[in-house]
Amino acid sequence: MTTEAISSGLSAGALSGPRGPKPKSLTIGRIGVYAFLILSALFFLMPLWVMIVTSLKTMPEIREGHLFNWPALLTFDPWLKAWDTACTGRDCNGLKPGFWNSVKITALSVPVSIVIAMINGYALSFWKYKGSEFLFGVLVFGAFVPYQVVIYPLIIGLSKVGLFATLPGIVIVHTIFGMPILTLLYRNFFASLPIELFKAGRVDGAGFWGIFFRIMLPMSVPITIVAIILQVTGIWNDFLFGTVFAGRENMPMTVQLNNIVTTTTGIREYNVNMAATILTAAVPLVVYFISGKWFVRGIAAGAVKG
Amino acid sequence: MTQIAEPGERAAPGFAGTAAERRPRTRRKFNIQSILGTTPMIATAVGVFIICIIFSIIWSFTNSKLFPNFNFIGLQQYERLWRTDRWIISVQNLFVFGVLSLGVSMVFGYLLAVFMDQRIKQEDLFRSIFLYPFAMSLVVTGLVWQWMFDPNLGIQSAVRQLGWTNFEFAPLVKQETALYGLVLGGLWNGVGVTMAIMLAGLRGVDSEIWKAAKVDGIPTWKTYLFIVLPMMKGAIATAFILQCTGVVKVFDIVIAMTQGGPGVSTQMPAVYVIQHITDRVNVGQGMAAATMMLVPVMVLIAVQYLLRWNANRKAGRA
Amino acid sequence: MTTSVSIKDLSLNFGNVKVLESLDLEVAQGEFIVLLGPSGCGKSTLLNCIAGLLDVSDGQIFISGKNVTWDEPKDRGIGMVFQSYALYPQMTVEKNLSFGLRVARMPKAEIEARVKRASEILQIEPLLQRKPVELSGGQRQRVAIGRALVRDVDVFLFDEPLSNLDAKLRNDLRIEIKRLHARLKNTMIYVTHDQIEAMTLADRIAIMKNGVIQQLADPHTIYNKPVNLFVAGFIGSPSMNFIKGDLSGTTLSVDGQANIPLGNYQFANQTNGASILGIRPEHIAVGEEAKKMPVQMESEIEIVEPMGADTVAWTKIAGQSLTFRAAAEVHLEPGQKVLIGFDPGRGSVFNAASGNRI
Repeated sequence: MTTEAISSGLSAGALSGPRGPKPKSLTIGRIGVYAFLILSALFFLMPLWVMIVTSLKTMPEIREGHLFNWPALLTFDPWLKAWDTACTGRDCNGLKPGFWNSVKITALSVPVSIVIAMINGYALSFWKYKGSEFLFGVLVFGAFVPYQVVIYPLIIGLSKVGLFATLPGIVIVHTIFGMPILTLLYRNFFASLPIELFKAGRVDGAGFWGIFFRIMLPMSVPITIVAIILQVTGIWNDFLFGTVFAGRENMPMTVQLNNIVTTTTGIREYNVNMAATILTAAVPLVVYFISGKWFVRGIAAGAVKG
Repeated sequence: MTQIAEPGERAAPGFAGTAAERRPRTRRKFNIQSILGTTPMIATAVGVFIICIIFSIIWSFTNSKLFPNFNFIGLQQYERLWRTDRWIISVQNLFVFGVLSLGVSMVFGYLLAVFMDQRIKQEDLFRSIFLYPFAMSLVVTGLVWQWMFDPNLGIQSAVRQLGWTNFEFAPLVKQETALYGLVLGGLWNGVGVTMAIMLAGLRGVDSEIWKAAKVDGIPTWKTYLFIVLPMMKGAIATAFILQCTGVVKVFDIVIAMTQGGPGVSTQMPAVYVIQHITDRVNVGQGMAAATMMLVPVMVLIAVQYLLRWNANRKAGRA
Repeated sequence: MTTSVSIKDLSLNFGNVKVLESLDLEVAQGEFIVLLGPSGCGKSTLLNCIAGLLDVSDGQIFISGKNVTWDEPKDRGIGMVFQSYALYPQMTVEKNLSFGLRVARMPKAEIEARVKRASEILQIEPLLQRKPVELSGGQRQRVAIGRALVRDVDVFLFDEPLSNLDAKLRNDLRIEIKRLHARLKNTMIYVTHDQIEAMTLADRIAIMKNGVIQQLADPHTIYNKPVNLFVAGFIGSPSMNFIKGDLSGTTLSVDGQANIPLGNYQFANQTNGASILGIRPEHIAVGEEAKKMPVQMESEIEIVEPMGADTVAWTKIAGQSLTFRAAAEVHLEPGQKVLIGFDPGRGSVFNAASGNRI
């Protein structure tokens, strides 16, 4: 009560000068910040916009050259054609087969590579054996090696066992080249867990697989989400391994897209090309927008070196 | 109190010591499981990242053509390689592409991160916009930018239609500029990642550092440049290494955007290797080029070791 | 006595959360004020408002007679020391001390003189060419204080400066801050959650809870005459005993089992009804000493905690638990029946409903 009386008495005498929050004016600096960000955003959005509007235009309208304009005559034919009947050389089945090939490759490679990497990370954290650290060092080195250095011997090796240009072959290749990053991811994750967890498991009498399945596996759900995002986008977007190892039968979508767009027969149908491009980018884009911040975490995790 | 507690505490490490002595024996029994479980890793590490690389190097000393053989011809493939304009230009291109991509990506990425750090209300929206290209494959990136750079129907013509008839923006049609078009496409794809890593680094800086700088009256830009930037070594190294490995491996975007042309103006080492083992049926030459690609990686690893060794030595002295 | 820092009707909201509520504080020139309270009470927020690191929602701040409510931190005539030291890691100690001055384009000679004086006062001259990573925690905090010192300001703000140090260093540096204050005679405002720091350093302590100052007084008054239950419970370790009862006149009846005559307690605002008597454990006497006390009772010891210098014992009176502190020489053991006694005049009586001292 008394403090209030004093305060009102004081503030009555001291109501001079500024009071309350500093008035926020839209300063030049603030405008500059937004201008920079908006201009940058336009740069990043421009290609997406161009892709979409081009894919919805008719060829005559495209030839008029208004690259950024919304189509005067909206058409969905390019999308249908890109999916169903676009030609690569003599085959005219559109992107459809490539899409299903990519689905097959991704659906098989993602779980296989993740399960193997999970066991690797677990063993490297809790069940070190003589030479395990050396193997891990080799893997980390492998993360930095240009693929070109290993590709040719790998082709020869896979042909020797009859797996070159087959579905299992491409799955093995994705598993091999995903292993360094994923193993690193899981090893860092398991290493961050309290060792007491492992000791408690040992005291309870669980062994290598018992601790793995009953304690570690249920705990690694968040990191596995990161790994799945990393692998789905990575494998779907792969081009090099698809060209070299998949063979004609299992050609993934990216390779087929490139063939459709760069095919030299007939006139170039830009609207079909752009529709095909969007279709190819659709799966990773959906993954990206659904996963949101997990995606960023995945990149950061993948980039962290041991 | 403390005197009573001490003997107990002293006993504890002794107990832990005996446990530690006993542990290896029980462990070895289970190590068989561990080795079995990591068979794929052993196979990959030894079979792929050691043996395959050794074979690549061995074949680089042979005259292998369509199929690999073991007719050793010494350093002839390397001599030929370094006499081939196509290869020399590839290396030069990679160098220019790498320096430009890395430089611009780091500067632009840091700038974007700094601007994003200004309490932007729509931060999540901007982040999504800057980062979404990275979710798309480099083939998609290459094809989109190829279309935008189309001299007759792309950006150039769109701007000319606005009345700016002398406007020129079709880098891919000229030998001198094609490489810059490639850089731009690559940046569009990857800058967002640099931004995201840098922003995480900025957010990791102790907030009291900012307060101290404000009390000291240091202008915001000086704080970012002289105080915060040097504190972000980790984030910078991460972004740098990520970009570096991307640059050395650059392949997809070249194939999709320029196929190495016009002429050999956007030819790259990675493309050179693949072309020699597929179209040109000259495995020995391809392997020599591949082995050369390993050199910068080795240098990078050596530098890192040296830095770490140096840091350890410094820490030991202090 | 001139006013150094004056805070009038200050409020701060984060959205709908009121962090500070129409708060007033007058700090005299050269005074050492400690803001004390549990975490989340708004003490650090208040300090940040004074420093200008947070924008206030309402009210005014005056420093040295100047209205600084809208001023930048650097223009307020303050120096600040942080919990994490907040030294610039890539700069040497000397650069850390001088960076702000160099940015302000002060003449070189003046900068050198100030750095020299600060490093003399804090005895960090041998460290000037080192980097923060090469310093110990105590040395770092000295440098952080030095950075405030070179600014040559009237008001020093400390935000939990000793919290990151271990107990021994904390004691040493506490003495040193007190010495520094005695030498410089600057106004100092010091935030902490450590009541020992508060009691030992402060000219006056402001105890805060939920963004409101509960009591602002010198340490002696805070300890002996807490204005409410919160202050009474927050200060003192082990904390004050609270005996719930019903007050009528000058007698507190505890559950009808015991009547405690409050004889020489000086009421400020006597109100009958549910009340709480607060007695500090160190004001309860035992054995022979207890016989001299106005209030005496027999009780059984439950737990004994020997602390070395003295002993804390737990007992019960009229079903309510009570701790008292006895000299280490007094032999106590669980189950033992002892006579305890106290003087209600040294205690505090609170109204149970309002929690305020009566």
